[in-house]
Amino acid sequence: MIAIIDYDAGNIKSVENALVRLGEEPIVTRNPREILGADGVILPGVGSFGDAMERLESYGLVETIVQVAERRIPFLGICLGLQLMFESSEESPGVRGLGLLPGRILRIPDEGGLKVPHMGWNSLKFPNSGRLFRGVHQDSYVYFVHSYYLRAEEESMVTAATEYGTLIHASVEKDNIFACQFHPEKSSGVGMQILRNFVSVVNGTYDVS
Amino acid sequence: MHTKRVIPCLDVKDDRVVKCVNFLNPRDAGDPAQTAAAYDREGADELVFLDINASADSRATQLSWVRQVAGKVFIPFTVGGGIRTVEDFRAILREGADKIAVNSAAIMNPRLISDAADKFGSQCVVVAIDAKRRADGSGWNIFKNGGRVDMGLDALEWVIKAEQLGAGEILLTSMDGDGTKAGYDLELIRTISQAVKIPVIASGGAGKLEHFYEALVDAGAEAVLAASLFHYKELEIREVKEYLRSRGVSVRLN
Repeated sequence: MIAIIDYDAGNIKSVENALVRLGEEPIVTRNPREILGADGVILPGVGSFGDAMERLESYGLVETIVQVAERRIPFLGICLGLQLMFESSEESPGVRGLGLLPGRILRIPDEGGLKVPHMGWNSLKFPNSGRLFRGVHQDSYVYFVHSYYLRAEEESMVTAATEYGTLIHASVEKDNIFACQFHPEKSSGVGMQILRNFVSVVNGTYDVS
Repeated sequence: MHTKRVIPCLDVKDDRVVKCVNFLNPRDAGDPAQTAAAYDREGADELVFLDINASADSRATQLSWVRQVAGKVFIPFTVGGGIRTVEDFRAILREGADKIAVNSAAIMNPRLISDAADKFGSQCVVVAIDAKRRADGSGWNIFKNGGRVDMGLDALEWVIKAEQLGAGEILLTSMDGDGTKAGYDLELIRTISQAVKIPVIASGGAGKLEHFYEALVDAGAEAVLAASLFHYKELEIREVKEYLRSRGVSVRLN
């Protein structure tokens, strides 16, 4: 069973719908016991870094999420959910993120008439192989909506990248932790394959060969 | 590589997709979720649903088809029509819509834009504009109530204000072009696109392949929208994208 963390961050229904389509029966919850009892956990999110951290704290979920990571429960952050896993963001100076992974969240430079937010479909390169991308071709398109982006400290954890005015680390994987800046739940067939791969990791059916 | 978007628009009346020409005479064209799924298969990058007779009374109907679309289609979609309050935003987003388009309600109450952007993020606030060229050719006025009422407000001024208030995207319909198939109003698109940093979706007037190219490349739109052309298969989405790619425009083709 996969738990989707509910902290009023919106966009939860789409993630839930996509998992249902894949035959899962996800629960949407902010109950720490249910989250820690799940086989996999998803942290969705849209909105601002500071607001989201404040809500996670007010619901007492920060410690729960740290435990999810420590207990090696497969954990997927989506969009703002990716950004929250890092230490801090230029969006909300002075606010500490979850700090599960080392790296910085920076503002997309809006030079040369580039539209910000980065909204729409962009193609992926895979600098390192990642379990989420099995069966996904290089240069596949996924859907992004964001104004801030990840620059991970350890390049070895970057499993997908894209370009939008600058190099954007679009997905990372480390141990049980996975994260995508883009929205797999809104990326049509490619996104479904990525979620299917996460579900296989959760269910222990991911075939390493 | 970042791509330009091709977006079919679906006008919805009650819970059916219909097509209006020049804002009049609806004709039935199918079920929202099924039509949406077909567009997803054909390679649509996003969908826009405009509920043309939404009111407080029909909210439940609206939520029901939004729920069905969200359960069936896994590309982003926008819902517009009759959305007046932050609570309306919340209810529709909760059913799985990604963005909300506001038009008349934002004109009457611009704070709706900032309130919704604060609550749900700018990325889900689309300000839709129906613009008509002024008789003296000096610019465009915006209209409300589905193009019925001239607000005497300049389109450029309104768009700049909408961006400042927190709009995440502009859906720009040329009333002069809508339904004519004579091409997008390139001067309107160019004027608006250059004035704001947020993406502009061009709407109204698409009739042939070249029109999409002109709006994206010559006028600088981030996305192109069309309704009847796609409904009646006069052009297929894949055909439009292949054409754009052949002319060097970056598009998503799987």
